[in-house]
Amino acid sequence: MQTALIVEQLLNGLQFGVMLFLMAAGLTLIFGVMGLINLAHGSFYMVGAFACAAVAAATGSFWLGLAASLVAAAAAGALIEVTVIRRLYGRDHLDQVLATFALILILSESVRWLFGDFPLYLNIPPQLGGAVALPGGVQYPVYRLAIIAAGLLVGVALYALIARTRLGMRIRAGESDREMIGALGVDISTLYTIVFALGAALAGLAGAMVGALQSVQVGMGEPVLILAFVVIVIGGIGSIKGAFVGALLVGVTDTLGRILLPQLLAAAIGPAQAAGIGAALASMSIYIVMALILAFRPKGLYSAQG
Amino acid sequence: MRREGLLNLVLALLLLALPFAAQMLGEPFYVTLATRMAILALAAVGLNLALGFGGLVSFGHAAFFGIGGYAAGILASHAFNAEPLLGLPGTDQMPVIWLVAALVCALVALPIGAISLRTSGVYFIMITLAFAQMVYYFAVSWPAYGGEDGLSITVRNGFPGLNTANPLSFFLVCYAVLMAALVLMWRIRDSRFGAALQAARQNDTRVAAIGIRPYHIRLAAFVISAVVTGIAGALFADLNRFVSPSMMSWQMSGELIVLIILGGTGRLFGPVAGAILYVLLEFALGGLTERWQFFLGFILLGVVLFARGGIIGVLAGKARHG
Amino acid sequence: MADPILDIRDLSKSFGGLKATDGVSLDLRAGEIHALIGPNGAGKTTLIHQISGGLRPDAGSIRFLGQDVLGLGVAARARLGLGRTFQISSLALEFSALRNVMLAVQGRQGSSFRFFANVMADTSLTEPAMAALDRVGLAGRAAVPAAELSHGERRQLEIAIALALGSRALLLDEPMAGMGQEGSRALTRLLDALRAEAPILLVEHDMDAVFALADRISVLVYGRIVASGAVEDIRNNPDVRQAYLGASA
Repeated sequence: MQTALIVEQLLNGLQFGVMLFLMAAGLTLIFGVMGLINLAHGSFYMVGAFACAAVAAATGSFWLGLAASLVAAAAAGALIEVTVIRRLYGRDHLDQVLATFALILILSESVRWLFGDFPLYLNIPPQLGGAVALPGGVQYPVYRLAIIAAGLLVGVALYALIARTRLGMRIRAGESDREMIGALGVDISTLYTIVFALGAALAGLAGAMVGALQSVQVGMGEPVLILAFVVIVIGGIGSIKGAFVGALLVGVTDTLGRILLPQLLAAAIGPAQAAGIGAALASMSIYIVMALILAFRPKGLYSAQG
Repeated sequence: MRREGLLNLVLALLLLALPFAAQMLGEPFYVTLATRMAILALAAVGLNLALGFGGLVSFGHAAFFGIGGYAAGILASHAFNAEPLLGLPGTDQMPVIWLVAALVCALVALPIGAISLRTSGVYFIMITLAFAQMVYYFAVSWPAYGGEDGLSITVRNGFPGLNTANPLSFFLVCYAVLMAALVLMWRIRDSRFGAALQAARQNDTRVAAIGIRPYHIRLAAFVISAVVTGIAGALFADLNRFVSPSMMSWQMSGELIVLIILGGTGRLFGPVAGAILYVLLEFALGGLTERWQFFLGFILLGVVLFARGGIIGVLAGKARHG
Repeated sequence: MADPILDIRDLSKSFGGLKATDGVSLDLRAGEIHALIGPNGAGKTTLIHQISGGLRPDAGSIRFLGQDVLGLGVAARARLGLGRTFQISSLALEFSALRNVMLAVQGRQGSSFRFFANVMADTSLTEPAMAALDRVGLAGRAAVPAAELSHGERRQLEIAIALALGSRALLLDEPMAGMGQEGSRALTRLLDALRAEAPILLVEHDMDAVFALADRISVLVYGRIVASGAVEDIRNNPDVRQAYLGASA
């Protein structure tokens, strides 16, 4: 029973981690290439979830919804990059924080205007319904396994994109030396728009996939955004590999902590007090991990910038 | 310099006059509005020491705001129920509460600052945010004091010789604390400590090269900043007679930053100007439309893109340092 | 003869296979200006970095006022009186010239944890700072923010800061760089007067300034001192003409 529980929670942690990776990858790419801290990244997660839920409700197809989430988030990202974000690249981080904070207010209220105050619900596509039996006697939902697979696939694709393609070469050039890509004759502003839209699309995809597990509502993006910040700080800002490792670490720590810490404490100090302290400690566990890592490596595990 | 001084005086008098005018016009609600301005200004005055003078963009000051609030709520509830807390009686006296809030904030800010200040730039922003989230989730999941639902303060805490249940008296308490904090910041800004702090923001290698260690200066500034924001939190809890984890939310941290930038980053009265404008906007837009945050977003965007330097910057010109 | 103020022996530093500093010995005596010249890439800035404490040499010794300073960092060496100005101006740009120097006085006094007294009313800060500004001819510009000072004035301010730190010897890294003719002449006069107060190790490309100021010149090429001696000896040394002065002399 205990092993089955741990396997199940490990998988949940993995699924959570993979979803965080989709968010963190975009954030870290945008910071690495453009030097921008983007608080509004969580809004693209929300936009993706709403687009998916709305289109799925209208057409009856989750898959069309998923495609719509990518398109909507990328389009929102490109539009915002061209109108606002572009003016923030040379600014200090404080200005970026305030401007993207303002964008959160605008985007959240816009979505509320369009869809009202009540949450939307998104069903798991029938092809991915049900559960499979895993070794050890665990029944595990297929949909969550599909999220894990999709996240890993995106990770591999992103790695290939950056390591093997012309666009990736330009992104890497942009990370190491902004003047060099100008010298290479790359149109920097187009590159920046593409990178920003790509990051937004990844966030939108994450939002759409998670939308089928939770309710789709305004404000859903920000808690995930903050965890994604923790992820990229742990992994090292600008590093995709760091984002991946950090995301899995945070996902698994958080999920296992919530199950194991109260149990461990119950064994140590008795169930009555353990419930409260355990829950409190568990909700802090990833921040404790982050603090520990930063105490020894102030620039994260895989710092891309010196 | 003279123009900024004059503007500061006008702001201070304006805030003081508002509740009296409201009282005379028979609009007691505006007294509460002015009190809210004074308290938010105080919280931002605290943050401004780290963020404005020190260049340390703390995105987690709501944690200290909330800790101050909980200090007020917890001490008051123990006093109300006559239950001792760690062997000591609770209290409903503001000066004691402020002292406890200040002490607890200093004790929490010290390790948070010590770890966060090992980093800089965008790392610092995100780490302070993460630490505040940690405190937030602790408050949410700690059941003893209401958890997510928060904690009510049955009767507003008292101040010797005053009836704090009277809105105007309570406003004056908050206003006096705000003015005391501004005097403190004014002295600090022009002191040796302030010189080292501001120089470290401009050029920290130079500061290190002349034998001053920026880390120690910044850590002290971070702790003082947290203490002032914490005292504001205690007053905020007393204003609402309620404290909940939402006082520690990341939106609250963002709002405090917004107040400062709106008013003028690193200007002594920037937080005051920012708080007055912000509360007015919130009130005026909120009266017009339910979607007031939509318009607030555009206003903030406009300030960042087009009105750098905030209200004080626009009205009094660039800051001059002796 | 008195011991040198600064005494460098057999200093070496390599980066990978490249010997940036190759057995350099050099000294600086009271009252002199010792110029260090050499073509670009000769390792002058690397050498200055090692002397000021920003870079650790692989081998050799550095003694300052008779004390081994190899184990000390930049700030500790600055406190002993080894003052360095930077190749790229690095001041607190929002602060006035006076407040920049006052900060150095404050650093020297080691008392930054004072929270209430106004620095501008603190004569233990303002007086030494004004005196240092006066020494470099900037007293009239004391209230001007560093950001608004001319390039030459910022150089003067750098030197005032070094003086305010109580420097017993100055390491100046290309102080004439980017200065107009008039500025160079003014700075030359200033350095000429300063040598009595603190000897100067001067890294400089401007040969007019070097020949006008230096008591001794050492020539650094590929990390090695190829010649060292009085100005006339260096000027007439055929190897130096070949290796460095070439067309320009």
